[in-house]
Amino acid sequence: MANVLVFAEVRGGDLRKVALEAVTAGRALADLSGGGSVHALLAGDVGIGAKAELLAQYGADSVLVLEHAGFAMYNPEALAATVAQQLGSGTYGYALFSATAQGRDLSPRVAAKMGVGLAADLTGFTVDGGTVLGQHFNMNGKVIATLALAGTPALLSVRPAAFQPAAAPRALATTSITSAADPSASRVKVVELKQGNTGKLDLNDAPVIVAGGRGLKAPENFKLCEDLADAFGNAAVGATRAVTDEGWRPHSDQIGQTGRNVSPNLYVAVGISGAIQHLAGMRTSKTIVAINKDKDAPIFKIADYGIVGDVFEIMPALTAAVKAAKAQG
Amino acid sequence: MKIAVCIKRVPVMEVKFAITADGSRVDEAGLKYDINDFDLWAIEAALQLKEKNGNVGEVAVISLGPDAASEQIRKALAMGADRGVLLKADSIPADGLAIARALAAEIKEGGYDLVLFGRIAIDSMNQMTGPMVAELLDLPCVTNVFKLDITGTAGRAERALEGATEVVEFPLPAVLTIDDGLNKERLPSLKGIMAAKKKPLDVKPAQLGDAKVTVHKMALPPERAAGRILGDSSAAVPELVRLLQTEAKVL
Repeated sequence: MANVLVFAEVRGGDLRKVALEAVTAGRALADLSGGGSVHALLAGDVGIGAKAELLAQYGADSVLVLEHAGFAMYNPEALAATVAQQLGSGTYGYALFSATAQGRDLSPRVAAKMGVGLAADLTGFTVDGGTVLGQHFNMNGKVIATLALAGTPALLSVRPAAFQPAAAPRALATTSITSAADPSASRVKVVELKQGNTGKLDLNDAPVIVAGGRGLKAPENFKLCEDLADAFGNAAVGATRAVTDEGWRPHSDQIGQTGRNVSPNLYVAVGISGAIQHLAGMRTSKTIVAINKDKDAPIFKIADYGIVGDVFEIMPALTAAVKAAKAQG
Repeated sequence: MKIAVCIKRVPVMEVKFAITADGSRVDEAGLKYDINDFDLWAIEAALQLKEKNGNVGEVAVISLGPDAASEQIRKALAMGADRGVLLKADSIPADGLAIARALAAEIKEGGYDLVLFGRIAIDSMNQMTGPMVAELLDLPCVTNVFKLDITGTAGRAERALEGATEVVEFPLPAVLTIDDGLNKERLPSLKGIMAAKKKPLDVKPAQLGDAKVTVHKMALPPERAAGRILGDSSAAVPELVRLLQTEAKVL
């Protein structure tokens, strides 16, 4: 039996969907290790404790709440000290983080502070006699390594969207904790958070992604992708590196080796040829649709469904058909 | 200004990888190698900072890897770095902390104002060595940096999040991991290649210590089944929508 400490990621005063995924993954890990408890660590500005209820709904047996104005922004140094202090209490077998920009910044700090192992960006795991065996991509996503993680506590981070949040309601139990280090004394200070795509789904949260490439020919033609995304209603718009390098779309929308890794249920590639660097970021999508005029484009080798033709003719028809299908159903 | 850049020799990814018969590792036969992309951008960042400083100071390049990694160090020297250190390890462990300890031991006494890493090594995809080294040396650390300003001993960086940006202030000395978007790397000039041959390259054994994370096995992901081309115009749209509803069940 091993208890699991789950770091619940907060941004801009809100829990992120990845926090619920992490609690679900933590629940699975606790169950695989013989039924330990899941404790979620929730840190943020005064008032963040109101989000604890949601963590309990997804299987957190207890929520450690750290409320302090010094955590209104991501505060890596004070957070790392606090997570390490909680883990050092000896009650935990594992700590689990989201493999996001925040989780991949925080978890290595904790691992190094404590001198314990970290297996990052896992897409799945099993437990074999106390050892976690976790699946982790290597070689730009072209090889899957199974990593063995020894020692206690052991740290792991899970890839966004690899675990779908599953309701597992618990009675809400919270414990107030304090920071292990003066939050105002941190040397690294986040002074501003610039939210992109305000009000829109983030690429890692969206079940459907409509991504555009150079085949769209001009920045204004991304409206075709936005219209299709709106028709789906649960979609985000992404882009290739060629497009973000041209400045047609913000850098944060870039999918691929140098951008975001995504694995939505449906990925619609519009005017994307499928350079290896792009495929590295989206090849784990469940269903891939490609629309491109070049029948030899590499994207068709990994697409489940393809239409070889003119995106400007096909996209409006697809948008209308998706709208009609949604209206029916 | 004294800057260390940690770089990694990684396979060129435009190949079909194979796994050895015992399933323990990637078959290295026929692979070509280069500097990890993100590390190239870190080298470029270091060179630009040095140039801005009137070319005063030093850019040291440190790599942990086999003897052959000296090729990648020489390339960095040809781009303009001043000296290289190879921390020799015949195989690179899967445990990021083991690697970080060896790098930290080398960096510790170097008196560096900045220690730069690429955001992620595209072979191991661990993305943890930079912040681990920072923690081991008790230095401030900012990861995923795509904009950077250094004024005296104060730094200001922008770091990329999923769909957002954080503006971060930090004092020097510091550890930064460099993301795409900061700059494009320069190519080594012929003069640079000649000069690199005379620049110092120290080789010493890597102090790795024990590993808590090991590779249990390696495998290739399942091939995606060959896709279907449904047509060449909007006439194929109804069939596509039908398949998304009934077969893929995503609509």
